[in-house]
Amino acid sequence: MSSLEVQLTAVRGPFQLQARFSAPLPGVVALYGPSGAGKSTLVNAIAGLSAAIGSIRVGGLTWLDSARGIDVPAEHRRIGYVFQDARLFPHLDVRGNLAYGERRARAAPQVIERKEILDLLGLDPLLARRVHQLSGGERQRVALGRALLAQPSLLLLDEPLASIDAARREDVLPYLERLRDAFALPMLYVSHQYEEVLRLATHVVLLQDGRTLASDTPARISREPALRALVGQDGVGAVLDVQVGRVEPSGLASVRVGSGEVRLSHPSAAPGDRLRLHVLARDVIIATEPPHSLSVRNVLAGTLAELVDESAEDVLALVAVGDEQLMARITRAAVAELGLRAGMPVWALVKAASLRGHVYSRPAAIREAGAGADTSTPE
Amino acid sequence: MLTAAELEALRISVIVAGESVAASLPVAVLVAWLLVRGRFAGRTLLDALVHLPLVLPPVVVGYLLLVVFGVRGPLGGWLYATFGVRLAFTTGGAALATAVMSFPLMVRAMRLSLEGVHPGLEEAARTLGAGPVDRFVSVTLPLMAPGILAGAVTAFAAGLGEFGAVITFASNIPGETRTLPLALYTAIQSPDGDSAAARYAGLSLCLGFTGLVAAEFLARRLRARFGP
Repeated sequence: MSSLEVQLTAVRGPFQLQARFSAPLPGVVALYGPSGAGKSTLVNAIAGLSAAIGSIRVGGLTWLDSARGIDVPAEHRRIGYVFQDARLFPHLDVRGNLAYGERRARAAPQVIERKEILDLLGLDPLLARRVHQLSGGERQRVALGRALLAQPSLLLLDEPLASIDAARREDVLPYLERLRDAFALPMLYVSHQYEEVLRLATHVVLLQDGRTLASDTPARISREPALRALVGQDGVGAVLDVQVGRVEPSGLASVRVGSGEVRLSHPSAAPGDRLRLHVLARDVIIATEPPHSLSVRNVLAGTLAELVDESAEDVLALVAVGDEQLMARITRAAVAELGLRAGMPVWALVKAASLRGHVYSRPAAIREAGAGADTSTPE
Repeated sequence: MLTAAELEALRISVIVAGESVAASLPVAVLVAWLLVRGRFAGRTLLDALVHLPLVLPPVVVGYLLLVVFGVRGPLGGWLYATFGVRLAFTTGGAALATAVMSFPLMVRAMRLSLEGVHPGLEEAARTLGAGPVDRFVSVTLPLMAPGILAGAVTAFAAGLGEFGAVITFASNIPGETRTLPLALYTAIQSPDGDSAAARYAGLSLCLGFTGLVAAEFLARRLRARFGP
């Protein structure tokens, strides 16, 4: 297992970035943080487009090591960079844009085949088009293809979906999922959209005010107090990476969560698939005794690990279910009435109708991922 | 049709303007690039220097050229001694004077178009493995092409009409440096040159008009190629 190791300082005007993280590769490393956190500065430093001091190592390669005087120029780093605004060359057609990096990467090991990429991204019908005849989604697909044909050892994506309207993002996201799963291509993905991060990332680096706050798997990052402030009240929740057990003929899939089991319906889940569930705190109910006579089917027994003050009215209850942790938003009044305190046994009721899950298969298990639609279970 | 003298003046005008454009084009591209993308101490000074011919009387430019490039001048003397090349009072000298006069126009057009080239495109080329010269040739230059063309056409058109600097530095020698405006001037000076002067003026008018139409046509072709 190789890794991406970054430890650097970059200065841009009055802004100073200090980043330090290590992430396993291959995989999708998401740089997540609010606007102005320094995400683009960090990506540009890794790309070699802006000056930085420190060290950058990708797999066995050293791109930057200021102590030893190593600073590989961007054109020799073999990166693929998909910019927010695509940056296609307007004087070339789509074919010329795709060939630009390809021609200059002849000496590099040819890992990615032209035909595969054209098929994967559906670029064949666009080849003869001029850049100004492309839609936003098509532009980003061409930009992605151009970066990939340069045979990158690391693909950098700086908010590639930000300039596309929400409806068209679905044109591009599934391609990125397939790149992750079918090509096992190391990627660094910059986003301030938590949903995108959850869908793509195998590792998350939290960035705020020019500092890296945390670096871990999405599941463990979801427990970071700093993350809760970033995603906002409606986004707070547990992220669970689970494996699909049985799938009933009716389409209901069972997944293990800690010591319990949750059932949900997913359009394409098959036994053995890995699913990432986002269980929002607002959708979890806490009971102090095993519930009876309720329509909710997903009941998980656990222990109340901690009560965290969230606002004047609300408290966030962290419930340990085996090794996993769920979060539930409850009122202070409920805490007082139920006599909730850390350490007591509780039952977490998950409103399955709101369970969101994305299939993400590990590179080992290549499989056409059914572009992770929202899932719901009839109760 | 045209008289022999008129044809000759036309021929010299075209040669002088053409040579001046050909010689100054690469320099102008470099200077435009330095002024837009360069980060160095003397940038403002270079900018002022390039624009000087716009504000100086052409006679002054011609005089300064004589001082520097005359056979006894520092550069002119060296050229004559080393290569046997004499610029003052020759067609080449007329081209040099014309090039200096039209240089600001040329740089201006190129600079405008280079400012319109998103530096991000050069960065993108860089991430795709293109070194400095490679990305200049494969990205910057083609994207500047409309400006280069506009600059060349403007400089050529202006070069056809350059008067003061040419007559000062290269004099008014028939068949050598007598361009259209110089021929027109000579005709006005002679007592019975009224109709000849009118014909030279008409010829200049036609030439200028054709140039403008051609420039517009080329610009349209380029716009169609590069999109809106």
